[in-house]
Amino acid sequence: MADIITTPHISGHADHHDVDYLHDGKGLKSWLTTVDHKRIGIMYLWSILFMFFLGGVFAMMIRLELLTPKQTIMSAETYNKVFTLHGAIMVFLFIIPSVPAALANFVLPLMLGAKDVAFPKLNLFSWYIYMAGALIAIAAMVTGGVDTGWTFYTPYSTTTDGSVALMTFAAFVLGFSSILTGVNFVATIHKLRAPGMGWFDMPLFCWGIYATALIQVLATPVLAITLLLLIMERTFGIGIFDPKLGGDPVLFQHFFWFYSHPAVYIMILPGMAIISEIIPTFSQKTIFGYRAIAFSSVAIALVSFIVWGHHMFTSGQSQLASAIFSFITFFVAVPSAIKTFNWIVTMYKGSVAFNAPMLYALSFLLLFGIGGLTGIFLGAVSVDIHLHDTYFVVAHFHYVMMGSTVIAFLGGLHYWWPKMFGRMYNESAAKVACALVFIGFNATFLPQFVLGSRGMPRRYYNYLPEFQFLHQASTVGSWILGLGFLIMAGYLFASLRKKMDAPANPWHSRTLEWQTASPPITHNFHEVPSVGGGPYDYYRPVGQGRNA
Amino acid sequence: MSHSTHDVAEHRFRQHHFATAEQQLDTSKIGMWLFLATEILMFGGLFVGFGLMQGVYPEAWVAGHHHLDRVLGAVNTVFLLCSSFTMVMAVHYASTDEKSKTVLNLGLTLGFAFAFLVVKYFEYSHKFHDGLLPGRFFNLAGIGGPPQQAMFFGFYFAMTGIHGFHVLIGIILITWIMIRANRGDFSSAYYTPVDLIGLYWHLVDLIWIYLFPLLYLVS
Repeated sequence: MADIITTPHISGHADHHDVDYLHDGKGLKSWLTTVDHKRIGIMYLWSILFMFFLGGVFAMMIRLELLTPKQTIMSAETYNKVFTLHGAIMVFLFIIPSVPAALANFVLPLMLGAKDVAFPKLNLFSWYIYMAGALIAIAAMVTGGVDTGWTFYTPYSTTTDGSVALMTFAAFVLGFSSILTGVNFVATIHKLRAPGMGWFDMPLFCWGIYATALIQVLATPVLAITLLLLIMERTFGIGIFDPKLGGDPVLFQHFFWFYSHPAVYIMILPGMAIISEIIPTFSQKTIFGYRAIAFSSVAIALVSFIVWGHHMFTSGQSQLASAIFSFITFFVAVPSAIKTFNWIVTMYKGSVAFNAPMLYALSFLLLFGIGGLTGIFLGAVSVDIHLHDTYFVVAHFHYVMMGSTVIAFLGGLHYWWPKMFGRMYNESAAKVACALVFIGFNATFLPQFVLGSRGMPRRYYNYLPEFQFLHQASTVGSWILGLGFLIMAGYLFASLRKKMDAPANPWHSRTLEWQTASPPITHNFHEVPSVGGGPYDYYRPVGQGRNA
Repeated sequence: MSHSTHDVAEHRFRQHHFATAEQQLDTSKIGMWLFLATEILMFGGLFVGFGLMQGVYPEAWVAGHHHLDRVLGAVNTVFLLCSSFTMVMAVHYASTDEKSKTVLNLGLTLGFAFAFLVVKYFEYSHKFHDGLLPGRFFNLAGIGGPPQQAMFFGFYFAMTGIHGFHVLIGIILITWIMIRANRGDFSSAYYTPVDLIGLYWHLVDLIWIYLFPLLYLVS
């Protein structure tokens, strides 16, 4: 992108401004009080990875229980709590903050050529709010648990035992962390782009994060008030959602999905944003259809606010409303397809390198294809009536949430790992892990499409004996998936024990974050970068910044 | 990038990651407006719920609002309107380097805010005394009328409670900028915190201006 900057500093003299961010300040306190977006990103990264591990353990327990039609390892009550905790942890504590708060926090200012995010103290504050939310969630788990499912539907959630109010409060608190991150990123993108960098000179990752941040800012407050009303409903019985007192439980569903459907795009847009970086880098080719991809992110964000009713086709909402929601839902496929086709065309006649991040990006294209298209099935009212609340829905959203978002997150993690920690991981091991994750994921969730279409309802503890083979296939798939993650944890941790060996730009990328050292210095760049070209100008020679 | 440039708009509170004081000011304003948007959406959810339920149970809403004290509500509206005015004056005097007038107006704003909370305290304790409590604690036997008044008071306490919480936060913030103003932190070159907390305070006022007719003047 730009012709800049870093003369590599291998200096022994410790000028504050030349020290890489990992070594600028030692000890726990220097991390807990940092306002450096890179360190905050890393703190988020370890926090969400821990939560991913926790949610993953619950997922493995669910699959293990479903190995046999009757009780395998836990009681039905425990099972209800386990799948609720799996969902709540994965959604609120892992996926939503995963790409924005962890990866984007680290790379967004670097990509823009900025020294930091707009509000560094607010950034640190939002991490503390996240941690507070996480602690409250853990407190809810150990003081009775929650068995409502992550959607907290009334009236069940207002009448069941357990720590529903506490868990809801945790989600409420986590929402503020998400809002503050969103506010920070919108302001950063508006005001902190490097001199000369116009809106269409930004890497597409920034467009994706911008669209995400807008949704975080506009949708999350509605969830906040919904959860607050739910807490009041439980503690005071105010009756808004309780039919016994004249309230309307469907109102809760409207409120909940008004946030939670846009939240689905809080989860997928950052994934798409990562793919828009990985594919041009590993094709060494200018991205095809830059503006189309940029605008499709914003289009998805806007449309996301008017499709929530497709979660409620069987709730008794009016048939006219269902028909309209169904039609608008189909419309989401248009910008999604625009992106997908542009990514594919970008690879055409490129010099494609199959490094681990690219393997994840290619996996994403396949899995998002399946996840997206099955979403169209479910968006059709007549089909949805049949498939509603079956494993088909479970498989669909796992293809989008895990097959797409988590796969893209892993792609991004591998892509930026050398930048974040200054170390290369073992590439062969990464390829093996990626293959295992891909195979394991499909083995886990493809059978669930079949199960669902044959009538296996979601969230059931027992099932008919004829479903056992498919359930077992799914469980075995989860073990392959688990093995893939185990290997990944192994080589990633192993890389951290090595000496720093990553070049500034191992992938020969043109975006700004690669034009500074790996790991970057505390102030990101020695001089403010001035930008005189597009982020994907692969037809131009690389600037001096690359020393790979 | 150095701190030594003597631009008119430069000041000692510029943070290192901003190139100019103007960039910092613009960024802060974007941040505050976005935050205010989230506030509007949060209260928006409450307003939608309130309006929907009013449509279903209009008699309960009318019956419920008769138990609210219009006069006290109106007095509080006046308090908040005055506080918005003094806030505007505080921002104005901050921008014209008139320190003592800034502090005085911030003090007056604080006074109105406290007066609002005192009135609210008397209103709440009166409601508690009469058993006009939200949801299952509502004492219908002592009042009579449609049972959904319990829901009306659920909304009443949710809306005024969350609003009152915002007033409390406002008091803390205004106290903070009053201390800073008194210390001489602000000048015509830099009074962003006064400006932004002013914006926040106007929103708190504005929300009350919607809450007052919605709750107290149902017909």
